[in-house]
Amino acid sequence: MTDQPLLCVNGVSKFYGNRIGCQDVGLELWLGEVLAIVGESGSGKTTLLNCISTRLPPTAGTVSYRMRDGQMRDLYRMGEAERRFLMRTDWGFVHQNPADGLRMSVSAGANVGERLMAVGERHYGNIRETAEDWLGRVEIGLDRIDDQPRDFSGGMRQRLQIARNLVTVPRLVFMDEPTGGLDVSVQARLLDLLRGLVNDLGLAVVVVTHDLAVARLLSHRIMVMKDGAVVETGLTDRVLDDPREPYTQLLVSSILQV
Amino acid sequence: MTIHTDDGLATYNFAYLDEQTKRMIRRAILKGIAIPGYQVPFASREMPMPYGWGTGGVQVTAAVIGPDDVLKVIDQGADDTTNAVSIRNFFAKVAEVETTTDTATASIIQTRHRIPEEKLKEGQILVYQVPIPEPLRFLEPRETETRKMHALSEYGLMHVKLYEDIAKNGHIATTYAYPVKVEGRYVMDPSPTPKFDNPKMHMSDALQLFGAGREKRIYAIPPHTDVVSLDFEDYPFEVQTFVEPCALCAAHGVYLDEVILDDKGGRMFVCSDTDHCEKRREGGHRGHLAGDARETAQ
Ligand SMILES: Nc1ncnc2c1ncn2[C@@H]1O[C@H](COP(=O)(O)OP(=O)(O)O)[C@@H](O)[C@H]1O
Ligand SMILES: [Mg+2]
Repeated sequence: MTDQPLLCVNGVSKFYGNRIGCQDVGLELWLGEVLAIVGESGSGKTTLLNCISTRLPPTAGTVSYRMRDGQMRDLYRMGEAERRFLMRTDWGFVHQNPADGLRMSVSAGANVGERLMAVGERHYGNIRETAEDWLGRVEIGLDRIDDQPRDFSGGMRQRLQIARNLVTVPRLVFMDEPTGGLDVSVQARLLDLLRGLVNDLGLAVVVVTHDLAVARLLSHRIMVMKDGAVVETGLTDRVLDDPREPYTQLLVSSILQV
Repeated sequence: MTIHTDDGLATYNFAYLDEQTKRMIRRAILKGIAIPGYQVPFASREMPMPYGWGTGGVQVTAAVIGPDDVLKVIDQGADDTTNAVSIRNFFAKVAEVETTTDTATASIIQTRHRIPEEKLKEGQILVYQVPIPEPLRFLEPRETETRKMHALSEYGLMHVKLYEDIAKNGHIATTYAYPVKVEGRYVMDPSPTPKFDNPKMHMSDALQLFGAGREKRIYAIPPHTDVVSLDFEDYPFEVQTFVEPCALCAAHGVYLDEVILDDKGGRMFVCSDTDHCEKRREGGHRGHLAGDARETAQ
């Protein structure tokens, strides 16, 4: 690890008119670290994630990122071309609804290969080989490589979306409720898979979830949000086993009751 | 300049469009020439013909044509289809220009689907009628997004399309509207010409102008411009090849159309470029069905 964080968020606020999306949020994320943002529905998790990942310009605050050359850069002062390049090479974004992150009418192989082609890979055989490798890693049968994700189950689609994002071996992946739309049994398998990939690749992850079990399994650190603001942060086990803030205690106990 | 028609009912400005409109189109054309392969939006006008008939090409021709020009119009390589004849007659009437079927004589050639076999020369203008100018439309229907992709040279999606082609068919099965990269910058749809004609666009001595009427876009390839067909290293771009020569003029290495001769499965392959074929026959070249074909024609 280097002496600088990978991602630095400072005083980020987002207002939708008078309504607060998120307010004065700061955080640091280090290489290989998994941060879970938890909280009830409407607490501002998605808003914050979108602000950090440059999908939604914040009303105030800065987001900076340590590029591969070691330079810390303010993401909202970066040119669009460079930012989009960063997003499809060094970053991933896993949407809750796989249809938002996949091309539904393009084969699984091409979905995985798209990023490679976007960065200039021009050898069909290599692209296909890499796509096969990644389909294997997310446990999708190679006989499905030429099928479109519209014919896939929800769990398969989500695994395909993950493969599509990881194929360029990004350093940072954003996930918004990655297991949200799935059956419980399918969720468990996906979480397992995600955990393995995150460990193997040493990914830094910001994962948004309302499900504390997901946070427990995946994350090193937790940030608890309420009404757009951060109420508590800390190591995952500490926050979940020994919550300090009354709101976190409520959140943890209500989950444990379920 | 005003053209008075014989029937005395209507008067047209030279080449039908008013001078203001022609200037607007010329500005779009000049911009297109300055940025090869870039789709320039323009205020497409209603023309006295339906959209599928090449109104984009007609407007481009109307904007560049002068009284001394000689116009040729082809449709699928032929000078004598209804579409080609009516566009030719249109300009003969509204611009009183000379028309021709001879590629070498023409100073402006308006085309749908083909580039003439005869090599084009400096000073000639080839005007394409384009139905769908956006090569990225196939995979990205959002116009805002495709514009951004062009602006930022994000063309990975074009290769996704070719990848799908190979995955499905074992080879790049796209034979028409095969995408090209112009002068190393913009990816462009060459309109529904067969990929056979793609190499003719590369380093052409002629000026190539593209007009899409319904979609309101004009783009251009200036003379001597680099035009490269997209492909993969292990699936390189190839043009169609034909086993037999033209049944009428015995030409090899030209684009052939299949013609059904009877209802018993009889067929022949003949030049799609009718002017080229006729000239070869006048020059004494004879295909194996040349005699029969003349008899059937008579
Ligand atoms: N596009 C929007 N326009 C207006 N208000 C919004 C918009 N998106 C989110 N909000 C509001 O911002 C707050 C935070 O929402 P969100 O970030 O989606 O929370 P979460 O992801 O934690 O459920 C909520 O009050 C929500 O209603
Ligand atoms: Mg949300």
